[in-house]
Amino acid sequence: MRRLNFRRSGALVGLAIASVAALTACGTAGGGSGGGASGAPTDELGDYEDAVSILAWPGYVEDGSNDPDVDWVTPFEEETGCQVTAKYYGTSDEALSLMKSGGYDVVAASGDLTLRLVAGDLVQPVNTDLIPNYENVYDFLKDKSWNSVDGQPYGVPHGYGANLLMYNTDVVQPAPTSWDVVFDRAAEFSGKVTAYDSPIYIADAAVYLMAHKPELGIENPYALDETQLAAAVDLLKAQRQHIGEYWGDYLKEIQAFESGTSVVGTTWQVIQNSITTGNTEVVLPEEGATGWSDTWMIASDAEAPNCAYAWLNYIASPEANAAATQYFGEAPSSQEACEFRDDCEAYHAGDAEYAEQIWYWSTPIAECLDGRTDVQCTDYSQWTAAWQEIKG
Amino acid sequence: MSATTSTRRHSVSAFLFEHARLRLALLLTAPLFWLGLVYIVALAALLVTAFWTVDSFTGEVRIEWTLDNIVTVLTASVYQSVTLRTVGIALLVTVIDILLALPIAFFMAKVAGPRLQRALVIAVLTPLWASYLVKAYSWRTVLSPEGLFAWLVEPIGGSSPGYGIPATVITLSYLWLPYVILPIYAGLERVPDSLLDASSDLGAKPWRTVRSVVLPLLYPAVIAGSIFSFSLTLGDYIAVSIVGGANQMLGNLVYTNVGTANNLPLAAAAALIPIAIIMVYLAAVRRTGALDNL
Repeated sequence: MRRLNFRRSGALVGLAIASVAALTACGTAGGGSGGGASGAPTDELGDYEDAVSILAWPGYVEDGSNDPDVDWVTPFEEETGCQVTAKYYGTSDEALSLMKSGGYDVVAASGDLTLRLVAGDLVQPVNTDLIPNYENVYDFLKDKSWNSVDGQPYGVPHGYGANLLMYNTDVVQPAPTSWDVVFDRAAEFSGKVTAYDSPIYIADAAVYLMAHKPELGIENPYALDETQLAAAVDLLKAQRQHIGEYWGDYLKEIQAFESGTSVVGTTWQVIQNSITTGNTEVVLPEEGATGWSDTWMIASDAEAPNCAYAWLNYIASPEANAAATQYFGEAPSSQEACEFRDDCEAYHAGDAEYAEQIWYWSTPIAECLDGRTDVQCTDYSQWTAAWQEIKG
Repeated sequence: MSATTSTRRHSVSAFLFEHARLRLALLLTAPLFWLGLVYIVALAALLVTAFWTVDSFTGEVRIEWTLDNIVTVLTASVYQSVTLRTVGIALLVTVIDILLALPIAFFMAKVAGPRLQRALVIAVLTPLWASYLVKAYSWRTVLSPEGLFAWLVEPIGGSSPGYGIPATVITLSYLWLPYVILPIYAGLERVPDSLLDASSDLGAKPWRTVRSVVLPLLYPAVIAGSIFSFSLTLGDYIAVSIVGGANQMLGNLVYTNVGTANNLPLAAAAALIPIAIIMVYLAAVRRTGALDNL
């Protein structure tokens, strides 16, 4: 009798597993048809859909809910009827996993993400003829390695800027002019130093090493061979002893600087703009800095491609682009946008030479970005492993 | 018409009555299917990826059998130190929670009157109604340099521990305390008062009664509570990223391997560590016989 029972339940389990297998097979077959990114871009647009879902850096899609005076989403919604829902992300890595989970039509991606999105078939090529405002965009932002592949644009440039050094003016005196306050002099602020929580932060250490250890021969902070990466890792491991906490969430950094748990570290202009205690300053240190040059892209499985194209065109229009980039604290993507801003000079907007001195985030790959062919460079997966090791 | 329907219905039930196996199959297929899909197949599908690899260019998982991920997880110093830290935190949280839960549960079960008892059960359960994140972030505020904790201990010369491992232990102990109190409370409820009376009638002092009567009877309940706090801590990664400063636990490594590194196989391999630890823990507990009484 016992045996019989056992066999009976065995059959039941078998039945259950077989049904699961059948279901899983359906799931796999159905999921394969999503792509389309490798095909040609759209030729023409249709009617606007009802809604568009946007994934962006904080401060890129403001509808007045944070500050009633800061609103460039409502005019877009009134003009097109596309209701905007926005989600913010804190690191490019977070954005990648969100894009993989799907459900977004448009994404604002930095240079360390764009190629990963293209390689993963997550974004589609963009037909810039359908985006009238693309024409005004600075030429030095077009057809760059981080927004185009083989001359085919994958998006519209948004704006660019540098990762700045933020410090608490009560604690860090005199005002720093170098990144050494977070590296060689970090011991002075031990436990209150902060850094950006992403493997791409290794490039910040590489920028510092370019200035202070020229014998390493780093030409591009995103093209590090094994020795150069090891030097950057050592520098960051020494820094780790003095880190209070890493930040990946910009709200967390705002709170940390306001409460005084962090007093010095890397930041964005928008964070400085959001801090209300008034005892923080930002500076672009003498070594130069890493930075970003962002691109608006359209998801390959976008449910609202027409609204997505409309958004890409709208956000490249001088007025909207000026509002968005001014709020975030970065240079706009066109000279026309500067007519709606009075601070373009501070960001060296349109100054192609200055723009080349910021080391824009790029995805490190094995083929050295600085043109070296005698050596293999470390790729992003090695940077990620190194970053875990640094945090310990 | 209705006669035919009822006859048919009758014949179906008669058929089922005669075929006990079919009856059981109809009854159990749906729940077993659910159990299999959600618990076993999903988990197995995730864990088997530990033996696969990732295409470094496209980031797609490739089915190519390899032990590299397991070797990395076992040999890399970062995994060893993070595992030690995580187990240490989990043990500390478990010990603290048991030490806090024993007197509270004893008071609730044996000392308090029925009304107070009910009120205390509700009080223990209330924190479970609030979101995990709200509780973790409120500890972040409490433990900040100008927070409540610093304000409380400053008069006696103390200061806030700041964000780090102590803050993580405090937060996790707070979060899991109800899960430890409730099984111990339930266990104490089952200890008859007459045993305590008998013990004291036979001349045992209170401490002797606790040691020789209550604790042995309570052992399975304490183990049950410890399984909750230990396993929940092993898998946690949110509290440590909110109050843990720059420290990371095993869950953070899993999280960054999935999110940042886009390396699901390595994440699955890392996820095997806490599973292995829990297996060892359960095996050790089983040897003591505590699970037989659950």
